[in-house]
This record gives sequence, structure tokens and C-alpha cells, in this order.
Amino acid sequence: MAFAGMTPLLTGAILQTAPVELSGADTAWVLISAALVLLMTPALGFFYGGLVRSKNILNTLMMSFASLGVVSVTWALLGYSLAFAPGSAWLGGLDYAFLRGVGLEGGPLSPAIPHLLFMAYQGTFAIITAALISGAIVERMKFGPYLVFITLWSLVVYAPMVHWVWGGGWLGSLGALDFAGGTVVHINAGIAAVVAAIVVGGRKDWGRQAPVPHNVTYALLGAGLLWFGWFGFNGGSALGATPTAVLAFVNTMLAPAATLVVWMILDALLSKKITAVGAATGIVVGLVAVTPAAGFVGPLGALAIGGIAAIPSYFAIQYRSRTRLDDSLDVWAAHGTGGIVGALLTGVFASEVWGGKLGAIDGNVGLIGTQAIAVAAALAYSGIATVVLLKAIELVMPLRPKVNEEGVGMDIVAHGEEGYARGEGAVLVLPDAVSAPKGYAARDNVHVPAASHSTL
Amino acid sequence: MKLIVAIIRPEKLSEVMEALYRAEVRGLTVAGVQGHGGELEKVETYRGLTVKMELQDKVRLEIGVSENFVERTVRAILASARTGEVGDGKVFVLPVEKVYRIRTGEEDSEAVTPQDPGITELLSQMTAGK
Repeated sequence: MAFAGMTPLLTGAILQTAPVELSGADTAWVLISAALVLLMTPALGFFYGGLVRSKNILNTLMMSFASLGVVSVTWALLGYSLAFAPGSAWLGGLDYAFLRGVGLEGGPLSPAIPHLLFMAYQGTFAIITAALISGAIVERMKFGPYLVFITLWSLVVYAPMVHWVWGGGWLGSLGALDFAGGTVVHINAGIAAVVAAIVVGGRKDWGRQAPVPHNVTYALLGAGLLWFGWFGFNGGSALGATPTAVLAFVNTMLAPAATLVVWMILDALLSKKITAVGAATGIVVGLVAVTPAAGFVGPLGALAIGGIAAIPSYFAIQYRSRTRLDDSLDVWAAHGTGGIVGALLTGVFASEVWGGKLGAIDGNVGLIGTQAIAVAAALAYSGIATVVLLKAIELVMPLRPKVNEEGVGMDIVAHGEEGYARGEGAVLVLPDAVSAPKGYAARDNVHVPAASHSTL
Repeated sequence: MKLIVAIIRPEKLSEVMEALYRAEVRGLTVAGVQGHGGELEKVETYRGLTVKMELQDKVRLEIGVSENFVERTVRAILASARTGEVGDGKVFVLPVEKVYRIRTGEEDSEAVTPQDPGITELLSQMTAGK
């Protein structure tokens, strides 16, 4: 994606020269990167899942896992075309709908790797972006409407945003830098999350009860796997095994490290203890912040971006928990705030020497303005479109379960399963009793062993 | 017979078990429970959210004993479960109407008398030997 982020001139130059041959090395790296990014969505499920209460662990995991299904399919059938097919400055056309013409030859935006691989790699981004939103509405949204929402969102909000920045749309033409998706993925999902938290409403006990994370170990496991996968997210966005990929890879190591250090210091000074949830959060914030910058800034720039990004997100989380806004897992503080800081700082630290373009620190203050336009556009479009989408879905089906169902927990209500069932007192129910009320077996349909078994 | 119910600190369970073995008290049921005995609350912080944990993890022991074992059982628990801080727990001694051992159908005092002197001797040898 670096191509579109750099300058339209450069993209043009690639198209004018003789056809670039497919590169085995580039193809191999992007294949691996696609698998790495795919892993980030289950990782996100565990990051989120550890932070909810045990009665909602499966529902929270499924909100991520289901995205692997519905958004993949949607992306292949239509989303990819709306994002990347030739079209207007605002939306791609239908040339690639149903993957027509998306084959094993080099892609128009990725001459050194097969077009089909570019589509799949981009698909993994669509999947996680939709899943990111779930952190704002965990523990209280019905699963059916959620599936409808992320499916439509990936078409109506995500695909156009991709087109604007990477698919030949107006933000890319403007010269806005977004190496791997700070605007497209993180600001986009962050503002959609805030909107979703407001439209769906807070959890029924929000502000009165303390929803304590049920398994902080999962949150750390998820954060670790996210970091691992992010090497594919940022490193792979070079679309080849190139020096830019190395830069993005190293920056993906350094920026979150700096965020983690600053976050631990803030925790030690202000919360008096260095918390594990804080560490996991800090890592994600650093990864988000370096995403738009990864291939455009030098390693010291990445350290600076990571370290600075910790501060606004840290205080956004402290502040948010004192408000009525139940953005339950702080998607805004991590992805919205972190994404905005990263996008703006990309304008500051971008470096021509490292393959980006002239940034503010080298005298080109105007780049910050361009970055700000991209940020504002993402906030406005995603925010408004997400409200409209959720309100439209709400006209057809309720977004929330009944209050008592929310109390029971979404695992049993939505999925008919428990994450940590102990199995004690579980009685086998005959098949014809499956029609009993949801979650309750009719007593008289319980399986009784034949008499011969119970007599000696 | 009496049923001795003790609520103790989880970290004291091993010491209490050892003390009970030394007192030759056999046969007990243990459950993890939560409760509040007036001790200070734990304060935890999750992101910006500060939470007071008013319920503490405790362990509940249930031991059915014959009359002449009541005193030594209670003494063993008191001596081994104590730290001196608020929250050490309680020991309750309850009357028991009837006891049956399921395996043999034995009743009352017989039902709460340990039946495996082999293991008892083995344990006392081990503790004497060390």
C-alpha cells in the first residue's frame, strides 16, 4: 500500500514502465503477511475476551471469529471491487465484483505479486477492521444484528474509505500518508465504535456495577499475538520483501516498545502500580500509532511516535471510565485516539531519507494539514455512515437482548453454550425436547435409562 | 457427634491440613468460598476503573467428628489458621443428629471414625521419622 500513500506520481511511474515480473520473494513475504494479519483477528478476540465477564467470553470471541466468515465472503464478492476497482474519486467500480479478472498475474497496484494475493491480503484488513468495532458493544448486542452490521459496514464504510486512501480515491491523490491503515483501519473503526456504543447504549449496569475483566491472561495473550500479527500488517504493507518492509517491520517492533515503557511509567506514577491490563493496552496503542507511519519514518521517529502516543490514549482511558459512554473496551482510546495521534505524527516524522516524504520536522509543516484533512474525513464519513447503518438495522430488528437475558450473559442467550461449563448436573435431553424454551430443557423429556440398568 | 465448620484463609489451608493430620483428625471436606469478615477491602484498578473487592476468597472446611475429637480438632485449627490479622476466619461447632457412612452403612460415631489404621500408622511413622 505504500505505493498509494507515497505520491500519485510514483504510482504513475510504475504503470508507465515495462511490466514488472512477478517476484517469488515478494510473493512469499506477502503470503506470510496475509496469514499473520489473519491471525490478528482471533488474537483480537482473546484480547477483548479476557476483558469481559466470564458469562460473555464466547460471544466476545465469536464477534471476532464471525468476522473471519462474513467479511471474507463479502470482501471477495463485492467489497474488494468497491475498494480497488477503477471508479470515481469516491468509490471503486464493479469491475472486480465476484473476483472477475482477479487472477494470478501481477495486480494493477501490486505488479510484483499476484492480483489474487493482493485481494486476499487486503481482505484480512477488512476482517479485523470490522471486528475491532465489537469492543465497544460487547456483553449487550444481539448476535444476529451484529452480523448484519459488520457485513454491511465492511461494504458501506470500510470499502469506500479504502478506496479514498489506497484505491485511487481523493485522499490518496491529496497526498495523505497512510502506510498500513492508521486512518483506513484504526480511526475508521475507532469512531464507528464510539457511535455504536452510543446507538446501542451502555450495558445495563454500567456506572453502578464494576465489570471486572474475567481473565487478564487472555488479554495479554491477545496483545502478544496482535503484536506478532502486526509484523505482517505493517511489514506486509510494503507489498514485497523490500527494504521498506524491513523498515516497517523494525518500526513495528520499536514503537510499541516505547509506548509500553511510557505506559508503565504513567501507571507507576498515577495508578501507583504497573498493571497488566495497562501493559496490554499500551502495546496495542503503540501498534496503532505506528501503523500509518511504519514505512515512512526512521526508527527513531517510530520510537518518538510510540512514546508520545501513550500519553493521550492513557488519559483518554482514565477520562472515559468516568463518563456515561460505555465504549466498553476503550476502542476509541486505543484505535481512535492512537490512530489520530499516529496519523498526525506521521506528518511530523515522515522522512524522505527513509522512503516517505518531507515531513514537518524537515520543514514541510503542510503535511500535517494534509494528514489532518484525512483524519477529519475519516471521522466524519465513518461516524455518520455508522449511525445511519445502525439506525436502519434497528428499524428491522432490535439491537439489544432483553434486560434479563443480558443479565444471564450472551454466551447462553446467543449461543446456547458456556465458555467454562463444568458439566456437573448436566442431564442428557432427548432429541424431541430440543424445542423446549431456549436454554431450558423440559423436565419430562429428560432421558431416563432403561429399567434393566437400574436393577441388579 | 459434631460437625465442625471452619472458614479460613486459603493460604493457611496446607498448614491446617497438616495440623489436623498431626492431631489424627481424618476425613474432611473442603470448598472454596467467598466472604467478608471485616477485613480491609482489596483495591484493584482496571484501566481507569477502580474496584473495591469486598468479598475475599476463603476456604470452608467441614469435619464430622465424634465427641472426644471435638476439642483437639478445634485446637488444631485455631493454632494453625491464625495470623493475628483481621480476616483469619471462624470455627463453628454444630450438633449433628445422625451420620451414616455410605460405603458400609455404619452409623454415628462409627461412621466418623477413621477406618484405615494402616495409613494412620504410616503417616505417624513418616512424621516421627523426620
